Amino acid sequence: MATASAYRSPGFDFSNEIRNNFLSERGVPLPKATSTGTTIVGCLFKDGIVLGADTRATEGPIVADKNCEKIHFITDSIRCCGAGTAADTEFTTAMISSNMELHALSTGRKPRVVTAMTMLKQYLFRHQGQVGAALVLGGVDATGPHLFTIHPHGSTDKLPYVTMGSGSLAAMAVFEAGWRPNMERAEALDLVTTAVSAGIFNDLGSGSNVDACVITASHTEMLRNYVKPNERVQKERSYGFRRGTTAWKSESIRQMVVEEDITFIAPEAMDTS
Amino acid sequence: MSIMQYNGGSVIAMVGKDCVAIASDLRLGNQSLGISSNFEKIFAMTERTYVGLPGLATDVTTLHEQLRYRLNMYTIKEERTMEPETFIHLVSSTLYEKRWGPYFIEPVLAGMQKTPSGAFRPFVASTDLIGCINFAKDFVVAGTASEKLFGVAEGLWEPDLEPEDLFETISQTLLNAVDRDAYSGWGAVVHVITKDKVVKRTLKGRMD
Repeated sequence: MATASAYRSPGFDFSNEIRNNFLSERGVPLPKATSTGTTIVGCLFKDGIVLGADTRATEGPIVADKNCEKIHFITDSIRCCGAGTAADTEFTTAMISSNMELHALSTGRKPRVVTAMTMLKQYLFRHQGQVGAALVLGGVDATGPHLFTIHPHGSTDKLPYVTMGSGSLAAMAVFEAGWRPNMERAEALDLVTTAVSAGIFNDLGSGSNVDACVITASHTEMLRNYVKPNERVQKERSYGFRRGTTAWKSESIRQMVVEEDITFIAPEAMDTS
Repeated sequence: MSIMQYNGGSVIAMVGKDCVAIASDLRLGNQSLGISSNFEKIFAMTERTYVGLPGLATDVTTLHEQLRYRLNMYTIKEERTMEPETFIHLVSSTLYEKRWGPYFIEPVLAGMQKTPSGAFRPFVASTDLIGCINFAKDFVVAGTASEKLFGVAEGLWEPDLEPEDLFETISQTLLNAVDRDAYSGWGAVVHVITKDKVVKRTLKGRMD
């Protein structure tokens, strides 16, 4: 329950556990949370890292969000793509982002990618895979460019090109065929776009647009909706209803004052008599 | 059957031209047995922020009280009203706090967001039951009729609808979607929010 203070203790609240466990013991299944079916990728190139992601969020077979953001901010030069349970990727990356900022402030140095990777894997391992976040972490720090994948149970890989999510097989096929060491920025961005597009068109869990992010030592460029291959065309006709179509029974209007006229009255001279 | 279907109910919110609308049905059921036809699931949190809480009825009440409490604490501490975009993050963190024992609610929010220039911008958003936010530019839906609402809204919604036209579009979308859902219906309520007024209308719907 809510405490009497405005300040709440951090961490999870298990107060509904008993009720919900009772329900699942009675055979009532727990509802599904939004998940990101997802194609997320990352690849190393000459000057840094390119990250890529699709923008579809699903709830079972339903497309819940047609244009969501899956490339999460960690620090200025570190970003993280998330797949799996959408809320978990969102909150895990936000928490690590805060802790990285605090870490940077306390050490007085620019934080490293391995630091973020270690914080993430330790957090995920502590929750034994229950926090369903599958991540692609990339960035550039004092020791150069780094690219990692982090699985929900806390295992990590460090590779020059990586893919994750349900579209990972489609995207990896593109990388296996097209990746070369020391690519130029444009080539790498093209390859990432092709890899994510392979996921968008061949995997049902992925769709809509391509988001990309290019991270180099000096600059990070977030390319939101870099390619939009699935734009909705203008509807052929209007489907608006004539006013008065819907029968309604009662109406109540809540009026709010937005503007008021202030009339200034000419100041009277001070009475000095 | 899922616990999300236990009491029934659906909510939808849509963006219009300098206005937003949020609508819901009025049914409260016990599985297939109808209990009430005036169970409101949409609550005014601030003057221009309305939230719809479809899902398990016990959690509708609990979560509403919880949100009201936290909103009031914010208002007292900050000495200002909360904007819709801030409020959806409050909803989100309130739900994620209970990640391992969630409330069975999928909130939908509609409001007018104050811009730095002092004007108002329409804003809708929704979250899943553990607080993953969906910022949509057009419409958001939730509840037992969500699948039908997605389909109808995708077909009927168009950009830049005036408040009166938005009322017709959201009403027809809701009414026609809930007619194909056994767990939603029994009347409906629509709120159309503009910068200077909120119009609330109760609709005539099928009572079966």
